[in-house]
Amino acid sequence: MSFIAPQFAPALPEIALAIGICVVLLADLFVSEQRKSITLWLSLATLTVAAWFAGGALPEGSQLTFSGSYVADGLARVLKLFTLLLVGVVFVYSFGYLKDRALLKGEYYLLGLFATLGMLVMISAHSMLTMYLGLELMSLALYAMVAFDRESPVAAEAAMKYFVLGAIASGVLLFGMSLIYGATATLQLDQIAAALAGEGSVTPAVLLGTAFIMVGIAFKFGAVPFHNWVPDLYHGAPTSVTLFVGTAPKLAAFAMLTRLLLTALEPVVEVWAPMLTGLGVLSLILGNVIAIAQSNIKRMLAYSTIGHVGFILIAFATGTAAGQQAALFYTIVYAIMAAAAFGTVILLSKRGYEAENIADFRGLNERSPWFAVMMLFVMVSMIGIPPFVGFFAKLNVLVALINVEQTWIAVVAVLFSVVGAFYYLRVLRYMYFETSDTVEPLVAPINIRLVLSANALAMLLLGVFSEPLLAWCGAVIGSQAF
Amino acid sequence: MLTLTHYLMLSGALFAIAVAGIFINRKNMILLLMCIELMLLAVNFNFIAFSRFLDDTAGQVFVFFILTVAAAEAAIGLAILVVLFRTRSSINVKDMNSMKG
Repeated sequence: MSFIAPQFAPALPEIALAIGICVVLLADLFVSEQRKSITLWLSLATLTVAAWFAGGALPEGSQLTFSGSYVADGLARVLKLFTLLLVGVVFVYSFGYLKDRALLKGEYYLLGLFATLGMLVMISAHSMLTMYLGLELMSLALYAMVAFDRESPVAAEAAMKYFVLGAIASGVLLFGMSLIYGATATLQLDQIAAALAGEGSVTPAVLLGTAFIMVGIAFKFGAVPFHNWVPDLYHGAPTSVTLFVGTAPKLAAFAMLTRLLLTALEPVVEVWAPMLTGLGVLSLILGNVIAIAQSNIKRMLAYSTIGHVGFILIAFATGTAAGQQAALFYTIVYAIMAAAAFGTVILLSKRGYEAENIADFRGLNERSPWFAVMMLFVMVSMIGIPPFVGFFAKLNVLVALINVEQTWIAVVAVLFSVVGAFYYLRVLRYMYFETSDTVEPLVAPINIRLVLSANALAMLLLGVFSEPLLAWCGAVIGSQAF
Repeated sequence: MLTLTHYLMLSGALFAIAVAGIFINRKNMILLLMCIELMLLAVNFNFIAFSRFLDDTAGQVFVFFILTVAAAEAAIGLAILVVLFRTRSSINVKDMNSMKG
């Protein structure tokens, strides 16, 4: 019996990232406290190399490797590129924030890179085992990141809640996976679909397993009624960590949704689609309504996340390629919007002062007209007003819903988007129509200003030129071999 | 003669005990961690039973990974617990309510 070495080429982004993490880990030991920017630049270089492998160096088309448990396809390419890009942006935003609070340790970047590695593994997972390992690598790094500020009691509480609920979610997901394994005798996603496609193969065990997997996914996405951890996590974690948790992991969660539900459980679509629609509609309603009552901006953005997740889920639940395209587009756009929103929160806070309340946006227009406009772009995009990209994201979802004659869901989605407009506009009212007690200008390093401006301007540019990204999303969804 | 159903009933019972423990327990954080471990053990039981009765080794391989990850998870959970106890001198589940909204 001979051992055939697997093909390593499709996993090159992850391999490059893993090597880069080891380099950063070692280099960080020799970097003094004053020169921690070296760690940041090394991390960014690592991400760039990984992005180069993920984007350009691999041949087109989808490849399976590691005995069919790993896949490199179009979907993996687009999700990996945006994940790496967002993580890079988040790292740049976080630098000044961490420095001002004496939290600037190499661990933040290392844990962030490990979480990124986990996300990439999840995105490329083609077996339940790979999915689980990627998910845990991401989650374990994120739990530690949330508890990163050891002096803060709220951060510790947030970390504990996130940990307990995340671990329960993993347990429930695993229980579902074990039932599916028992019914199909395989862990590989496409073989599960093949085994379930046969006549009479959909047993009660499969249905139960599907339901458990749905619960696990809903937990990880933060969909109602499994959303309890989201507001506390966003509120309690240091803002730089909230920024990290609120952006890139959404892309990984989308990958989990696609791989598990579409690649593996496609034959039982009529079972999970209504469940997903229900979760989505509940998230839309609850997220947007409760966000109105919030005075803390991080908590408000947490409930707004729940509302946006509702949009993604109802689009996905249509079961059509157009719906999945809209969901993928929405996820990417949402992650970019969230990065800009939390970036502004970071921009406003300074040493010994957290701009945590919506009232802290008071008089931003006088302090910095430029960043007031940038925040305006982000908020308006989140509401979904043309020509900003948030509008096109919502429009695609609604069109996909109407095409499958789920008009009432589209109506609910529009109604609660209008409800959502209220709390986004309130931030704008504070910025433009109220004056602050202090009219001191913002003190933020030039690189944060540049990246944040680019990030917010992307809302407008992606909106005006939304076609290429949308077409790309459509192409990768279309090329999925189900 | 023990059949697959017996094993599944046992693992289902373990899983139910774990879930009940998590939701009924209002006192100690460490009990929560124990319940999470119990949940993962129920999953392992399922995988082993299926692996044995399907005559397929993949399930046993999965169990090895779950055991490893569970160890790492317990380590991180206990580390967070230590941080929590240091900052607020309590690991009572009831006290976990400093954030409202």
